[in-house]
Amino acid sequence: MVFAAIFAGGKGSRMGHSDTPKQYLELGSKPVIIHTIEKFFVNDRIDTIIVLCPKPWVAHTKDLVKKYIPQAENIFVTEGGETRNGTLENAISYIENNFETDEDTVIVTHDAVRPFLTHRIISENVDAAIKYGACDTVIPATDTIVRSEDNALISEIPDRKKMYQGQTPQSFRLNELKRVIGSLTEEEKAILTDACKIFTIKNKPVYMVEGEVFNFKITFPYDMKVADTLMKGKDAE
Amino acid sequence: MINQVYRLVAPGMIDVACTEPDLSKSVLIRPVYMSICKADQRYYLGNRSKEALKAKLPMALIHECVARVIYDPAGNFKKGEIVVPVPNTPTEDDDVIAENYRLTSHFCSSGWDGFLRDYVDIDAGRLVRVPDGIDLKVASFAELISVAVHAVSRFEKFSHSRKNSIGVWGDGNVGFITALILRAVYPDTKLCIFGTVPEKLSYFAFADETYHVDHIPAGLMIDHAFECVGGEASRYAIAQIIDHINPEGSVGLMGVSENFIGINTRMVLERGLNLFGSSRSGVADFERTMEILSKNPQIPAYLENLVGEVVEVKTISDIHKAFASDISRSFGKTVLKWEK
Repeated sequence: MVFAAIFAGGKGSRMGHSDTPKQYLELGSKPVIIHTIEKFFVNDRIDTIIVLCPKPWVAHTKDLVKKYIPQAENIFVTEGGETRNGTLENAISYIENNFETDEDTVIVTHDAVRPFLTHRIISENVDAAIKYGACDTVIPATDTIVRSEDNALISEIPDRKKMYQGQTPQSFRLNELKRVIGSLTEEEKAILTDACKIFTIKNKPVYMVEGEVFNFKITFPYDMKVADTLMKGKDAE
Repeated sequence: MINQVYRLVAPGMIDVACTEPDLSKSVLIRPVYMSICKADQRYYLGNRSKEALKAKLPMALIHECVARVIYDPAGNFKKGEIVVPVPNTPTEDDDVIAENYRLTSHFCSSGWDGFLRDYVDIDAGRLVRVPDGIDLKVASFAELISVAVHAVSRFEKFSHSRKNSIGVWGDGNVGFITALILRAVYPDTKLCIFGTVPEKLSYFAFADETYHVDHIPAGLMIDHAFECVGGEASRYAIAQIIDHINPEGSVGLMGVSENFIGINTRMVLERGLNLFGSSRSGVADFERTMEILSKNPQIPAYLENLVGEVVEVKTISDIHKAFASDISRSFGKTVLKWEK
C-alpha cells in the first residue's frame, strides 16, 4: 500500500486573514491545501491520504475536504505534531493504528503548501521509495550556495554542480523509516528535522527525484503572488 | 486541482501554465503516448501566418493521443481504462452538419489547448475506448487514422456504386493510412498508389499496384481517387487525378495547402466529377476506427511500421527534442512517451 502524508503544520491558530496559515489561503477557486490533496487523490499510485494539521485546524480541514472532495473515501485528517518529526511520527502511528502494513508499505510525505507538484514527481517518488528505501525531491541549485560558520564571513563556496535544493515529496518504505527514526536519541530527533537527513546520517541511500522549479513552497506573501500569477495565465480553452 | 499545461508561447518556445480542471464535471485522463502532426509542426516552426500565430498562441500543441483514465466522477470509465480523446469539441447540436465541420466546434491544438498537459480534463462523450491488444504507440495516432476513416465514410456517401478501382495519390502517412482503410473496406477493389519516392511506394505492398507519378501508364483509368498530397504539389496530383479518372468518379481531397490550388474545372465539369473535401473527424469516426482496427488485426500490424522515433518526455527540453527529430522525418510518426 502507498500512503500520502500531507503535512499542513504551518503556524497560526486563529481564523482571520493575517494569521491564517498559507495552506488555507485561496489559490484560484480553492484553498491551497485542497489543490495539494487533489493531486494525490487523482494519482492512481496513491491508496490512502492522511492530512496532518494543527489541532485547532483539524475540524476546518475535515470540512474543506468534505466540501471540495465529497466523493473521497480515502482521505483522513488527523493532528500533526509540534515539530516536523513529530508530525511524521504521528503519520506513522496513524497508519499503523488504522491499516495493515508490511515491508512494501510506502509513505510519500509532502508539504501542503506545495500545490504545484506533478503526476510525474509523485509517481517517481513511489518508484524510488520502493527501489531504494528512501528518496528526496530536488532541483539543481541555480544560485551559488555560500556556507558560513559565523553568519558573517564566508567559510566555503561549494561547487554548484554538486548542489541541489530540497523540495518535497520525501518518500520512504514505512518500516525502514520507523527503524531509522527509532534509532535516534531524543536529542538527535530535536536537531535532525529532515527525514532524508536522518537516512543519510545513518548511511542509508536516499535517491534524488527531479523536482520542478514551480514545485515551490508557498511561505511568504511573495510566493502567494507568484502562485496567483501562475494560475492566471491566458486560458487557451 | 492545479494542472500543468505545456504551451507553445512563440515558435520554438514552450512554457508551463497552470489551469484548474473541475473534478466534479470532467473525466481526467493522463496521456500515455502522443504523436506529432504536421499541423503541430507548422505551429512549432512558426510556418503559419503572423496573424494565425498571434490569434492562436499561447496554446498547448498535439491533438493525437492515447491516454489512461485517471478519474471519472460519473464512474462511466474505470480507472486505468485506455482511451483516445477526440480533439474536436462541438458546442451545439446539428442533425445535418458533422461535428467536425460546424463553425462553432473547437479543435485541440488549433486555438484551444492540445494534449501536452499533465492531465487532460475532457467530457466523457469525447472519449473512445481502445480495444485490447492494439499497440498503444499505434493508438497514439488513432486521430489520424480516424481522419482517413472519416474520408472513406464520406466517400461511401458520395460515390457511385462502381468501385472496380481506386487510386490514392500520396505516398506519405495520410496516403498510407487511407490506402489501408480502403483495402479493409473494399477488399475486392483494385487499389493503385501514386507517389514520388520509390522507397516509400515499396511500403504499400498491400496495394495492387504502385506507380511513380512520372511514369503512369498511358490509358490507365481509375473509378475514384483520393488526394493525400497537400501543399503546392496537390495541384499536380489533382491534375493527374482528373486525367486518369473515369466519368462521374469521386475525388476525396485530404491534403492541406496554405495557398490556393488551381483545378482544371473544365474537365471536372466535362466528366461530371464529384470533388469533396474531408478534414478532421468526430466521435463516430473514432468509434468506426476502433471497430476496423479490431476486426482487421493486419491494419494495426501494418501501422506499427509507421511508428518512427519514440521520444521519452520528462522535461520541456525533451518536447523540443521530439519536434526537432520530427522535422527530418519524411515518413512515419514521431511518438512522445509521456513521462512529464
